[in-house]
Amino acid sequence: MSDYRIRQHPILPIPEREAIEFYWRDRKISALAGETISAALFANGERIFGHHHKDGSPLGIFCANGQCSQCMVLADGMPVKACMELVKAGQHVVPADGLPVLPNVTGTVKFKPILERKVQVLIIGGGPAGLSAAIELGRRGVQVLLVDDKHRLGGKLVLQTHRFFGSAKAVYAGTRGIDIATRLESDLRVHPSIEVWLNSTCLAVFSDKKVGILKEGRNYAVIEPEVLLVASGAREKFLAFNGNALPGVYGAGAFQTLVNRDLVRPAEKLFIVGGGNVGLIAGYHALQADIQVVGLVEALPECGGYKVHKDKLARMGVPIYTSHTILSANGDRKVESVTIAQVGSDFKPIPGTERSFECDSVLIAVGLDPVNEFYLKAKQYGLNCFVGGDAEEIAEASAAIFSGKIRGMEIARALGAETAEIPVEWYWTSEILKSKPGDTIPEELPDIETGAFPVFHCTQKIPCDPCTGLCSHGLIYIDRKDIRQVPTFLGDSYCCEACEKCVAGCPGLAITLINYRENPELPVVSIPYEFTRQTIKANDRVSVLDTEGNELGQVDVLSVHAIENNDRTLVVEVNAPHEIAQQIAGINVQDENVTHPLDHYVTHIEDDTIVCRCEHVTAGEVRTLIRAGYRDMNEIKTVSRAGMGACGGKTCVSLILRLFREEGITHEEITEYSKRPVFVEVPLGILAGANGQENHAND
Amino acid sequence: MINPTLPHYDVVVIGAGSIGAPAAFYLAQAGYRVLVLDSAASVGQTSNKRAIGGIRATHSDPAKIRLSLRSIEIFSTWKERYGDDIEWSEGGYVFVARGEREEKTLKNLLVTQKSFGLNIDWLDQKQLLQVVPDLNPAEVVGGTFSPEDGNASPLLAVHAFYTHAIEYGAEFKFNEQVQEIIVRSGKVVGVRTNRGEYGADVVVNAAGAFAGEMARLAGLDVPVRPDSHEAAITEAVAPFLRPMIVDIQPGPGSANYYFYQHLTGQIIFCITPSPNIWGYDTEETSSFLPMVARRMVDLMPRLENIRVRRTWRGLYPMTPDGAPIIGYAKEIKGYLYAVGMCGQGFMLGPGVGELIARIVSGQLYDTDPEILEILSPYRQFAGQELLK
Repeated sequence: MSDYRIRQHPILPIPEREAIEFYWRDRKISALAGETISAALFANGERIFGHHHKDGSPLGIFCANGQCSQCMVLADGMPVKACMELVKAGQHVVPADGLPVLPNVTGTVKFKPILERKVQVLIIGGGPAGLSAAIELGRRGVQVLLVDDKHRLGGKLVLQTHRFFGSAKAVYAGTRGIDIATRLESDLRVHPSIEVWLNSTCLAVFSDKKVGILKEGRNYAVIEPEVLLVASGAREKFLAFNGNALPGVYGAGAFQTLVNRDLVRPAEKLFIVGGGNVGLIAGYHALQADIQVVGLVEALPECGGYKVHKDKLARMGVPIYTSHTILSANGDRKVESVTIAQVGSDFKPIPGTERSFECDSVLIAVGLDPVNEFYLKAKQYGLNCFVGGDAEEIAEASAAIFSGKIRGMEIARALGAETAEIPVEWYWTSEILKSKPGDTIPEELPDIETGAFPVFHCTQKIPCDPCTGLCSHGLIYIDRKDIRQVPTFLGDSYCCEACEKCVAGCPGLAITLINYRENPELPVVSIPYEFTRQTIKANDRVSVLDTEGNELGQVDVLSVHAIENNDRTLVVEVNAPHEIAQQIAGINVQDENVTHPLDHYVTHIEDDTIVCRCEHVTAGEVRTLIRAGYRDMNEIKTVSRAGMGACGGKTCVSLILRLFREEGITHEEITEYSKRPVFVEVPLGILAGANGQENHAND
Repeated sequence: MINPTLPHYDVVVIGAGSIGAPAAFYLAQAGYRVLVLDSAASVGQTSNKRAIGGIRATHSDPAKIRLSLRSIEIFSTWKERYGDDIEWSEGGYVFVARGEREEKTLKNLLVTQKSFGLNIDWLDQKQLLQVVPDLNPAEVVGGTFSPEDGNASPLLAVHAFYTHAIEYGAEFKFNEQVQEIIVRSGKVVGVRTNRGEYGADVVVNAAGAFAGEMARLAGLDVPVRPDSHEAAITEAVAPFLRPMIVDIQPGPGSANYYFYQHLTGQIIFCITPSPNIWGYDTEETSSFLPMVARRMVDLMPRLENIRVRRTWRGLYPMTPDGAPIIGYAKEIKGYLYAVGMCGQGFMLGPGVGELIARIVSGQLYDTDPEILEILSPYRQFAGQELLK
C-alpha cells in the first residue's frame, strides 16, 4: 500500500503524533491522534466516503472546510462531516451511503439553559482580518469575543507556506503565512479582554440583533453584541464541466487543507484550473508536497495572479496553458484524466485543440466570493456592524490584515475606546495592498559582468517590498510612497557582499545573485530553492530556467545551503556559463514526462456537469428550465431542488448565474435565492440545550 | 369607463399562491379566461413556500372538513391524473395527548369528527407507540390518529396547479403589484397594477396575508390580519416517522407545534407562538429554534441528532373565528373573497379553488350553500375553532 502521508516538507514541521487505530468499513486502519477523519482516510488511500442518495454516485472531499457536507460519514452511528470531526481511537466509521439512519436515543433527554451573553464586540472569523481587528480592540481594553470554526486561529494563513507579499512595515510581508498566523495569535493572546472560541461556527444573525453560535461543535450560544465584525473570509467559486463531481475534483482551499494542514497527499498527479494567485500558489504547495503538477489552464490570455507566482510555477517545470479551459474530468468513479481545449476570444473551446492529460486530481481555483451573508443580514436588521477582509472585498491576505486593523480602530472609535483619528495614510496603504497586479515590465538584465550583484526577475508592478529591508547596505530600493514599483539595485558591482539575503528573502523567489569575482566566464549564480534538502545536493546536474520558465541548459550545483537567520528557503549555488548566468531564475524540479499529453484525447459525452452538488442537479436540467422561461432562482429550486441541499446554495448560486449569462439573460431579469439561516446544519438537540453525552446514540 | 381596448378577462385572481393557483386552474379548466397577478417573481413565493405541507380533513367544522376532504382527493390522485410528483404521502395525523387535559379535549373533538364520517380514532399509549415508536412514553398518554390525512410539497403542488392552469389557457403575470380595483357603478370592471390595466368581470382576492390590504384597495374591510410563525427543515434521513405529530399542550412562549417527515426524508416543523405575534414580520428570531427544539426532543428524543438545515418565518392570515372567508362582497358586484385561511391555505387550496370556480359559474353543489354560509364574509365571527 502506498504511503499517502507527507513525512517531510521543506517548510512545514511534521509533528510527532500518537498513532491510534480505528475502523473503516469494519477494517482496522491507522490514524494519528488529533487528525480529522478525512485526513485519516486520505492517509490510508480512501477517497470515496459515501454515495449520493439520489443517483448512487461516489462522494468525497470537496471543500474540506465544513461547508459542503460532501464528506459525510457515519462515525459510531452518527452522521458527521469527515473534514471537521477528529478521529477517535476504536471508532467505527462507515460510508454514508444514501440517507443515514437516525440513531436511536433512549430515555428522556436532559436540557441545560442555552448560553446567552452580551459582549461589546463579536468578531466572526479568526483569520487575518479578524485577528488584526481583535488586536487593535484588545490594546484598548475593549471586550471582544472572537469565534472561529477551525481548531486553530489564523484562517487560511495557516495553509500558506510561502512568504507573503505586501508591505513589510504594515503587514508582515516577507514572513510566511503560517508564521504570520502564529505572530498574530500571540499578539492577540496577551490581551485579557479578548475571549476566543475555537471550533465554533456562526449559524445566523437574527432579527432581534442576536447571533447564534455553535460553540465548540457541542453547545448553542446566543450572543448579543454591541458591535458585530464580520471577518468570515471567502468561499471558492465552482466551475461547471463534465465530470466535475467526481471524487478527485477539489477546490483549491480543500487541496491546501489536505496538504498543508492535514499533511496528507490527496494526489500524485494534479491538474490545476485557474491562474489566479490561489491556483498558482496551490500548484507551488503541491510541488513542495512532492505532488506532480501536470499543468494549469487559465481561460484568459494572461494569468490573473501575480506574475512572480506564475513565473515561479513555470520555472519549476509546470506548463501553463493560457486561453485554455477544462472540458471534462474523466474516469470511472474517480479522476483518471482531464481534457482541455484552447478557447477563442469568445471563451468558447476551439474544436480540434482538445488534449487530454493523465492525472488523478483536478484542483479548481476560479475565484472567490465574499462570505457576506452575516453582514447583509446584520445590516438588514440594523445591528451595528462592520465587515473586513475577504468578506468585504476579495484581495490578498496582506490586505485583509490591514483592513482588519482599520476596522478594529473604527470599532474602537465607535465604542468610544479610541479618540484619535485613523491616519489617512492607512486607507491609502489599504488601497495599495488591495490593488490588482499592474503593468508587466520587460526584464532588464544588467549589462556588466564583473563583481557581484542581485538580478531582479521581478517584472510586474505588485504591492511588495520585503526585499528593501534585506540588503545589509540598504542598496535595494523601492519608493516608499508606492510599493508597487519594481525594485532597483542602488549599488554597483563592488558594493555587494554577496550575502544572499535578498535571494533567500524575496517572497516571489525572484532574486538571484551573480558573482563574477572568482571566474567571470563561469560565474556563481545563487538561486532560491524551497524544496527538501534531499532533492538536491552539490555536484548534481540540474536544469535551469529563465524567468518565464524557458529552459537554459544544464549546470552543476556547487553548494546547497541555508542563510543564517533566514527561515527555510535554501540557496543553491550553481556554476553557470556567463552567457546564461543573468537569465537564470530557477531550477526545474519536475520530470518533463509528467506534463506530456496522452496520445488521444478522452471524449466525454455523458452530460454529468453538476451545478448543485448537494442534490446532484445537472447544468442540463437547469438550462432546460432557463430556456423554458424560468427567471426566479427560487422557482428553479422548487422544480429541480438545486440549492435545497445541505450547503444552502453556497456552491450552485454562482454556477446558475453563469448559466443565465450563457443564455443571454441579464441580471435584472433574475431573482436570486432567498437567503435563510442556518449557515451550517446543526443538531436539534444542541439547539435545545441537550446535555449531549449521557444520552448518546446506540448503534 | 375602462378602456375597451384593454385586455379583458372573465376573472382576475390576485395572488398566485396556495389558493390563487388552484383557483386559476379550476376556473381555466371550466373555460374562463383567467389572469393571475402576483407581486412576487414566480408562483407560490410568499406564504405557500413557507407552509410545511400538512394536509388533513380532521377539523371541527363541516365547511373545512368538506373542503379538505376534497383537497385530499385531489392531492392524492394528482400524480396519476396529471403526472406531476407533488410528493403526496398518506402518513396520517397524530394529535398527542400529554396528559388528561389534552386527552379530554381530543376525545371531545373526536365525537364531532366521527359524526362527519372522518377516519379518526383514539389510541391509548401502547397503540400510539405502535404507530409512532419513537415517541417518548413518559411524555404521552395517548392520542388521536387519522390515517387518511397526509402531506405533500406545497411548492411542487402549487407549481403543478400553475403549469396546468397555463395549459388550460390561464395567464400569470409576476412582479406585478395590484394598485387599484377599478369599480364602476358598484361593479368590478378591472384592476390597475404598476404595469398596466386589465378588464375583469370578477376579481378574486386570494392575496393571503395581504388580503386585508387588497380589500381596502376596493374600499372594503375584511377581518384578516396576519400573525407570524416560524418553521424549519432538517437534513434528510432514512424514513422513520409516518404521521404528522401535533402537540397541542402549551409551552413557554408557544401554543401548539407540529412536525413530520417529508417524503424526501427531511423533518419539517413549525410552532405557534403564544401570544400571537401580529404583523407582517418574516425575519428570523433567535428564540424560535431553542424553543421548538426543546419541545420536539422532549417528545421524541430520537430527534436529538437530526440536523436543522434551514429556518424561516411565514404569515398566517388569521380571521377572528379561525375559519376562512369565502364569498362575494355585497358592496361591490364581482368582488370575490377567498381569504383568511388561517395558515391552512395549502391544505384547503384545491377544495377552495374548485369552490371558487363553482361560485363564478353559479353551478354550486348541494353541499356548497352550507359551506358558504359558514364561511360567509358577513357571519358573526363569534365562535372559535377547537383546534386550529
